[in-house]
Amino acid sequence: MIPAPFDYVAPSTVDEAVRALADAGEDAKVLAGGQSLLPVLRMRLAAPTTVVDLGKIGELKGVRDEGDAVVIGAMTTHYDVQRDPLVHDHALLLARATDTVADPQVRHRGTFGGSLAHADPAGDLLAPALALDAEMVVQGTGGRRTVSAAEFFQDFFTTSLAPEDILVEVRVPKHTGWSAHYEKFNRVAQAWSMVAVAATVRAEGGTIAEARIGLTNMASIPVRATAVEQALVGRSADAETIRAAAEHAAEGTSPTVDGNADVEYRQHLAKVLTGRAVESAMAG
Amino acid sequence: MRITVTVDGTGYTDEVEPRTLLVHHLREKLGKTGTVVGCDTSNCGACTVHLNGQSVKSCSVLAVQADGCEVTTVEGLARDGQLHPVQQAFRDNHALQCGFCTPGMIMQSIDLLADNPDPDEEAVREGLEGNLCRCTGYQNIVRAVRDAAGHMRPGAGPEAEQVSDAERTTTGVGGDA
Ligand SMILES: Cc1cc2nc3c(=O)[nH]c(=O)nc-3n(C[C@H](O)[C@H](O)[C@H](O)COP(=O)(O)OP(=O)(O)OC[C@H]3O[C@@H](n4cnc5c(N)ncnc54)[C@H](O)[C@@H]3O)c2cc1C
Ligand code: FES
Ligand code: FES
Repeated sequence: MIPAPFDYVAPSTVDEAVRALADAGEDAKVLAGGQSLLPVLRMRLAAPTTVVDLGKIGELKGVRDEGDAVVIGAMTTHYDVQRDPLVHDHALLLARATDTVADPQVRHRGTFGGSLAHADPAGDLLAPALALDAEMVVQGTGGRRTVSAAEFFQDFFTTSLAPEDILVEVRVPKHTGWSAHYEKFNRVAQAWSMVAVAATVRAEGGTIAEARIGLTNMASIPVRATAVEQALVGRSADAETIRAAAEHAAEGTSPTVDGNADVEYRQHLAKVLTGRAVESAMAG
Repeated sequence: MRITVTVDGTGYTDEVEPRTLLVHHLREKLGKTGTVVGCDTSNCGACTVHLNGQSVKSCSVLAVQADGCEVTTVEGLARDGQLHPVQQAFRDNHALQCGFCTPGMIMQSIDLLADNPDPDEEAVREGLEGNLCRCTGYQNIVRAVRDAAGHMRPGAGPEAEQVSDAERTTTGVGGDA
């Protein structure tokens, strides 16, 4: 199908984009890679009056080193995140999760910022952003502000972004030398996660010094498996420790029910996948 | 909106509605019907073309987003009557039955071989993850891509197919201006 008609603007700076959104009012929509928005427009699930394309704004693209953080521009594509040396060295979990997103064509267009702003509970980059304590830099009519990942994700497809806000970049604190794995369970012809587990750990000798575990699609928003993290830290990374820690993965979760899985099955998956994720992360 | 897109080496300037999808612009305005639409959900990959040297699903790009860009479709692959090595390999290995997925499969295979000139079976299957085939069961498609890899120069991917400025013509049949 063909989208309903809309006005199109392609500003060249973030300031102009914010102004265009504010001028166009509630029914304006930001276009990033379009890999979630265009299917929605094609199916006429949304019909914005104005589309503000961020594609011409150079300052939104690319990854840079900022001391204790890696800063990823919102319009950096999945393809570029996958291959970025800074991301590999300091936020490996994000590279691993991005490898599993969609397919090559979608990764050429889809963006890191678009995935976070879209906030699909099955999106694969939300849990890694939460696990790595990422901070979102947002620009609106009142200037720039920084929002923690924990405050950013609010509900199904809902973030703290106001209609005229633009997600500019994401600051990811450096997790240099941490090993990482993203364990995803999905149907073959549909890349979307039924459940997935983002795990990143820092080992000292054979001991787990620090651990961060995020869960995908175990609630309307990404969640941290803090009980698992606590059960891992300070222990030797043997199979028994990992198995016992993974048993805590579903604690306090109330995942949704859909055609793919019910609550019990999702909670079972969370435990099994947590075990696999930590084991694979430890194996390097 | 007025846009200029270079498609298979020819520049076309046209007036388009912002809501026009690139695939519809290619098919309906420029007559490039080799690129097909197979779904409404961005899943099937039948519409895959190269946009500035990278594979994209042309049903999930607006024509206005391609303004100033270079697009290669399956129709722009053959050179002097000679099929592209990937096209030839699909033919030699019986990698199609109804052929509907084929344009997208070929365009994505070329992108894959540019990133990985010698992919093993698993890498081919992963590289073609975004392309669905209802007929072949994929076996012969995987065989064709591996066969093509053996016949291609490393690096002979989307970049190599971009046309030099000297070769490019400015106005094509089907363009408004
Ligand atoms: C076939 C297919 C399979 C997929 N599989 C997966 C998968 O397995 N895992 C996964 O995680 N994702 C998957 N995706 C989604 C993909 O990752 C998208 O790239 C992503 O969800 C959206 O990014 P985008 O840049 O395309 O954003 P768009 O589609 O352009 O925008 C998405 C939403 O975010 C808003 N937005 C975008 N950028 C900004 C910004 N900077 N500031 C404010 N608002 C903004 C838009 O207004 C829109 O509402 C899949 C998509 C397709 C088509
Ligand atoms: S037509 Fe199916 S992905 Fe484009
Ligand atoms: S040959 Fe028929 S869909 Fe692939």
